[in-house]
Amino acid sequence: MGHSSDLSRNRAAGGAGSTGDTVLGHQGLRLEEDLLFELDSPGQSGVDLPAIPAVESRLGGLERRTEIGLPGLSEPEVVRHYTRLSQKNYAIDMGTYPLGSCTMKHNPRLNEKMARLPGFASLHPLQPAETTQGALALIEATAQWLKTLTGMPAVAMSPAAGAHGELCGMMAIRAALDAREDGTTSRRRVLVPESAHGTNPATAAVCGFTVDPIPANEAGRVDVDAFKAKLGDDVASVMLTNPNTCGLFEPDMIEIARLIHEAGGYFYCDGANFNAIVGRVRPGDLGIDCMHINLHKTFSTPHGGGGPGAGPVVLSEALAPFAPRPWIVHDDSGFALVENEADTGDAAPIGRLKAFHGQMGMFVRTYAYMLSHGKDGLAQVSGDAVLNANYVMARLQDLMTPSFAGPCMHECLFDDRFLDGTDVTTLDFAKAMIDEGYHPMTMYFPLVVHGAMLIEPTETESKRGLDDFIAVMRRLAENAKAGKAERFAAAPQLTPRRRLDETTAARKPVLRWTPEGLEAEAAE
Amino acid sequence: MSERKYTDDHEWVDLDGDIGTVGITDYAQEQLGDVVFVELPDIGKALAKGDEAAVIESVKAAAEIYAPVDGEVTEVNAALNDDPSLVNADAGGKGWFVKLRIADPSALDDLMDDAAYSAYVEGLN
Amino acid sequence: MRYLPLTDPDRCEMLAVIGAPSVESLFRDVPEAARFDGSFDLPDHKSELEVEQIIGALAKRNMAAGDVPSFLGAGAYHHHIPASVDHLIQRGEYLTSYTPYQPEISQGTLQALFEFQTQVALITGMEVANASMYDGATSCAEAVLMARRITRRDKAILSGGLHPHYRDVTETQTRYLDLEIVASPTDVTGSESLAALIDDETACVVVQNPGFFGHLRDFSALAAQCQAKGALLIAVVPEVISLGAVIAPGDMGADIVVAEGQSLGNPLGFGGPYVGLFAAREKYVRQMPGRLCGQTVDEDDRRGWVLTLSTREQHIRREKATSNICTNAGLCALAFTIHLALLGEEGFRDLAALNHARAVQLAERLSTVDGVEVVTDAFFNEFAVRLPRPAADVVGDLAAKDILAGVPVSRLIPDDPDLADILLVAATECTGENHIEALAASLGEVL
Repeated sequence: MGHSSDLSRNRAAGGAGSTGDTVLGHQGLRLEEDLLFELDSPGQSGVDLPAIPAVESRLGGLERRTEIGLPGLSEPEVVRHYTRLSQKNYAIDMGTYPLGSCTMKHNPRLNEKMARLPGFASLHPLQPAETTQGALALIEATAQWLKTLTGMPAVAMSPAAGAHGELCGMMAIRAALDAREDGTTSRRRVLVPESAHGTNPATAAVCGFTVDPIPANEAGRVDVDAFKAKLGDDVASVMLTNPNTCGLFEPDMIEIARLIHEAGGYFYCDGANFNAIVGRVRPGDLGIDCMHINLHKTFSTPHGGGGPGAGPVVLSEALAPFAPRPWIVHDDSGFALVENEADTGDAAPIGRLKAFHGQMGMFVRTYAYMLSHGKDGLAQVSGDAVLNANYVMARLQDLMTPSFAGPCMHECLFDDRFLDGTDVTTLDFAKAMIDEGYHPMTMYFPLVVHGAMLIEPTETESKRGLDDFIAVMRRLAENAKAGKAERFAAAPQLTPRRRLDETTAARKPVLRWTPEGLEAEAAE
Repeated sequence: MSERKYTDDHEWVDLDGDIGTVGITDYAQEQLGDVVFVELPDIGKALAKGDEAAVIESVKAAAEIYAPVDGEVTEVNAALNDDPSLVNADAGGKGWFVKLRIADPSALDDLMDDAAYSAYVEGLN
Repeated sequence: MRYLPLTDPDRCEMLAVIGAPSVESLFRDVPEAARFDGSFDLPDHKSELEVEQIIGALAKRNMAAGDVPSFLGAGAYHHHIPASVDHLIQRGEYLTSYTPYQPEISQGTLQALFEFQTQVALITGMEVANASMYDGATSCAEAVLMARRITRRDKAILSGGLHPHYRDVTETQTRYLDLEIVASPTDVTGSESLAALIDDETACVVVQNPGFFGHLRDFSALAAQCQAKGALLIAVVPEVISLGAVIAPGDMGADIVVAEGQSLGNPLGFGGPYVGLFAAREKYVRQMPGRLCGQTVDEDDRRGWVLTLSTREQHIRREKATSNICTNAGLCALAFTIHLALLGEEGFRDLAALNHARAVQLAERLSTVDGVEVVTDAFFNEFAVRLPRPAADVVGDLAAKDILAGVPVSRLIPDDPDLADILLVAATECTGENHIEALAASLGEVL
């Protein structure tokens, strides 16, 4: 181990690319940065600890005797390292992030400040309830908002993310069916539209269900006749995203709910796209039985480069008894937690989904966001989100090819027909957007249209920001049609790295750093 | 050896005695893109027609190889473990997946011949 | 509304471009019956100042573990977090970015994840680690499912020293799969033997180190017994700092190691968000759940990173995925990585030694209090004590004196009268000698 002496690592090989030839590979503000392990000064540390009292070890002879191999760096070196790395990321704070289905809206810093109040951040999950009344009150208040906004009677707060919420909801459905049939249900088929998020079929499978796809009609909605034809007494549930992943409201929701209930199944609604309708439509009025809510989408908790999220699930009367532990109860003496099977009374919880009570840090952020917006602001949120998406669609539809007629909801879907004959693919188009300073839209999802481009601007984009984005998209579409395929094939060129070789990464996975010597040894 | 046969899942079978060699077609490997990993079955495994015989992964997709007819696995192409790119380089030859002992070779009669498969692929384009 | 940039003139102009008379008209696909035309029983929007006042008042109604002598553990630990950790993770480039699906503009998150995976592999003594899971308990459940995929067997044996909530989560997550869970009886003394339970149907044995009651054990022999029967050994580490002092589970022969990573970089936060660590032998990597970051090169042959082996995951495999999980605990993993980067080899080992020393001091002092018996012999920073009366009552009495005395075992295992008097107490670098003295003195008063 030791300091890297290989200065060439970070430089382009053979001048094949667009990079200038600098000594260390840096290019102005575009700074190269080695791995932490290559910056090691053995014995160095960025932390000064209190003195260690001399005691007789009680580790029972299990002392770790070998070196772990962690590098030593001082605090300034660590701060610089992670600051440099941060500058290789695109982020909402830097610009439009039109990633369809992900709702990349502004993340208010007030939320961060509130979550860091010691009264929340420094609270242990197993403290006596008398010492956590404020925290329990906040969870209850957040739960109340979620129930009110969705028009549902119950909510399970503990799921850690959208997919975890799906697991919670589908397990509740399974438990309700088992209870109804007083044993193991014979209903095992779950109907899932082809346009669904991949988590839907994956979750159904984990709950012991089989997945039966429902086709979309020409208007991008669930084909109700095809849906009807698939109903039967072995159907457990339908899982439907609304608005759907094509950015369209499912106008037959109420009919679908009636049909699935008539057939003896339950209605799972994927709430990933709740941002389009919050404050205007209560999913409970549509007849659903459960829906997860991605707090990191609609309620602005940060995506953090891939989590943590939070996915509370609202439940109908029929499913509420099966909500997972723990939950909060209150009486005149205050709030308390029901944590153990012995205390659940008449309820029949599916069990426990997380070590403790859920993503408390996300609840605080969500509550701050809800209070900041109020019921008036939330209706404005969905209105502006839908307005922005329709504005983008209106101004791009002459040059690009919308997959379905508008109006759309909070996101607009294009396919790659406008690129026919140009030698430019959806992927190339997306990479060219990067050179223009934008994060690409969602590509190749949903699967129901060819070369999908799903654009979700969110309500936190200004008109000026949208006009800039639209200008870029129009220019790129014109370039593609004008036969300038090479600028697309070569893109991105202005980024810290150009296109990366994913094939090699997957064929010979290198998933961790190893000292070069060790690597050489392994090769022998 | 008899004539190569094809399934509508884009697999090919060569029959030699009662041993059938199974691979995917060039069309299939092109659709998948760069193959990065292949999961092969245990030798001796009995497969019914349509059972999953192997799994093939590219960077962005995963697909199953199904048994084209009933049979027992007698050999797998271990070279694919080290170099899955053989499937891209030579799908119809060195990129084969499994050999099956086929109890009823006449079951292959239902599959497509070369001309029929070419027409089938043509119809997809 | 401070978060919404559109002005009314903007909206009018945009509607004109769209050719729609009103924003409401854009919702024309929503059937009349689905529109909510009442008024929500919720307040209107508030100023930043008012929101701070409301939430600040709620925060003040809690007794923060950092403000009083606290001895709480049982899977969540109060540690000091260096100021630069929180500063760095609040940089917008990390905080407000998405999953790194566009690697050219996500190298920061990806390189940090690669460093995270390497750190996790090093401290657990394993070959590979993923980019993190929701928490330690969900990692445990996912490990059991992974063992089932690898061995194609359907029985999992859980140690009686496994955290009851981890067992609960594992049982919940597997309840609709054909998987038999054999839970060994609660092991207060740290002396259980699981070897006899392993048979040819066993997919895995799940042990915890330190155990729920604080015991440290050597699982090398058990690992060999598992191997002989073709079963996998899964080791759960509820307190990641222990890995700076104790032999790594990988060095004891574990096949999969999962851990709760909260103690590094992440606050107690009333239970979440936390960060689940997940490490395994390299030969099992394609059966691992969760995201993985891998090294590669770009078109100019420069080193870079991408998410890889994603064909295991739900967005490609759908119902055949290794797990339904989509997110990792990105920002919590980053906090973990930065904290461990600051500590380094020396700092991590010293922090572990300091935690242990404080716990030894605590055990020695408590054993001088009349009626208190230290139950755990070999421990890291947490151990069990037996009290002369129900531990929950004692904890309640001490909370009234502004001392958070520990976790009564009855809070997690309520139905076992033998455990009613057992209290779990933990010490960390934040535990001062004055805290230890306050606890001992107050215990003397209430017992």
